[in-house]
Amino acid sequence: MQTYRIGLVSEFEDRTKKVFNLGESEVGVFRLGKRFYAWYNTCPHQGGPVCQGRMYPRVLENLDENKKSHGRLYDENDLNIVCPWHGLEFDVRTGKHPGNEGIALDPLPVQIDGGEIYVVVGE
Amino acid sequence: MDALITPAIEHPVQELDTRTDTRDYLAHARRDAEAKGFADWLIVDIDAHHVESVSWAEITSYIEDPVVRHQAEMYQSERVGAPPYGLNGDLGLRYQDVGGRIPHQSSQREVVEEKDVHRDVVLTRRAMHGLAVDYMVIFPTPMLFLGMHPQTEMEVFLSRAYNRWLTERVLPGDPGMVTLVVLPFNTPDEALKMVEEFADVPSVIGFCVTSTRYKPVHSNEYMKLYRAIEESGKPIAFHAGYHWQDPSLATCNTFLGMHSLGFAWCNIVHMTNWILNGIPERFPKLKSMWVESGLSWVPFLMQRLDDQYLMRQSEAPLLKRMPSEYMADNCFYSCQPMEQSNMKALECTFEMINAKDQLLFSSDWPHFDFDTPNVIYDLPFLDEQSKRNILGLNAAKLFNLNVNGPK
Repeated sequence: MQTYRIGLVSEFEDRTKKVFNLGESEVGVFRLGKRFYAWYNTCPHQGGPVCQGRMYPRVLENLDENKKSHGRLYDENDLNIVCPWHGLEFDVRTGKHPGNEGIALDPLPVQIDGGEIYVVVGE
Repeated sequence: MDALITPAIEHPVQELDTRTDTRDYLAHARRDAEAKGFADWLIVDIDAHHVESVSWAEITSYIEDPVVRHQAEMYQSERVGAPPYGLNGDLGLRYQDVGGRIPHQSSQREVVEEKDVHRDVVLTRRAMHGLAVDYMVIFPTPMLFLGMHPQTEMEVFLSRAYNRWLTERVLPGDPGMVTLVVLPFNTPDEALKMVEEFADVPSVIGFCVTSTRYKPVHSNEYMKLYRAIEESGKPIAFHAGYHWQDPSLATCNTFLGMHSLGFAWCNIVHMTNWILNGIPERFPKLKSMWVESGLSWVPFLMQRLDDQYLMRQSEAPLLKRMPSEYMADNCFYSCQPMEQSNMKALECTFEMINAKDQLLFSSDWPHFDFDTPNVIYDLPFLDEQSKRNILGLNAAKLFNLNVNGPK
């Protein structure tokens, strides 16, 4: 088990991420609001560098009360990281694929102490 | 916090985009390849792509017809805001990158400083390194629509120009880069001439029909062509594509739906006609390859044709065996994009298509649904020899490639 100092909370703007080499592991650290999340940079689909992808809000179908579709909308409350290899999306908070919760990123514990962010590898 | 805290090191490549070096894009594939010892495996990727339209002015300079060539030169030098000269296709309906989510599909604007070979050679070498591929078969991209060109003569002009450009300007840059010559299939006599012209070119290991087209593959017009290809000892490939203007597919409102069906549908139709009209009986040494339709369509069609054939044998009198037997014994398949959501179904598919002898690895790099060699290596139901066959040895046998890799 090894603890890594990621940096200051203030160095992360809201809805941003950074990717780190932590020993032999590649890890993405994400900020969403006041919370931080860390995921291994390996897509469960084909092993792609998921955390090096772009982030998009979750897409919703815009249905009215009669179930007619009026196109699609972005849900700005949910932010997804998208694997750049094949486009699989994962909720930054839960690490789960929005269409299949059985497909998910591998998490790491994040600790905030004294305004600094720490990630523990190998726990 | 305890004292054993290590400072984190920021990854040198924070986000992959259209300017990212292919080697960085495929760094995880390379890491996996080294961990699995792929250096000791022959890996043949029988379907990868370059974007030939980037080099369109070079290609059209190879058009033999002087008037058309001149028109192309003027168009390429003066026309603004237009797609490449003479190319038909889907213009702006190219949603493969899912709105920028998959940047490598959109473009490869990475820095290439090497000047001794064509830029496409450098990009291909980088992909081969990343995927640990020894031989990579290069296909065009926008030209996959050529079978739908309203001017059949333009299919001839452009395919010959492309074939000449590719074999003279690009492929000599690396012995691991090979191709299947694009046939102007809507003009059978010209397709035959193409076979005769390119059959002995070392980098040409077969012949390709772009599958999005409406001309029936069993037409009598093609028998001379099939005979010539059979005699060449090289296979004929049917490379799938989509065609959103097809009336049935035009009902699909998403690229997801249209692409899922389109890339299988064209080969389902051609395979049906290929088998029921007894092409494998007429040309028993002619080897056919069915490329980029995935695999799940094959068991479906085997069962469907077998069931109907037993009731209507008189409509397919050339057949001496069940349709599925021809499909398993006479036909080769590329794996990508390999459907993996149901491992039992995939294992059954492998058995039905005789995968250990008939299946060929393909990546389709740099397209959005590309596969790495891991998709075969990681399968739990294959023994190592089957994996080695599929990843390279089957292709080496089919294409007569050096099992030790290119010299």
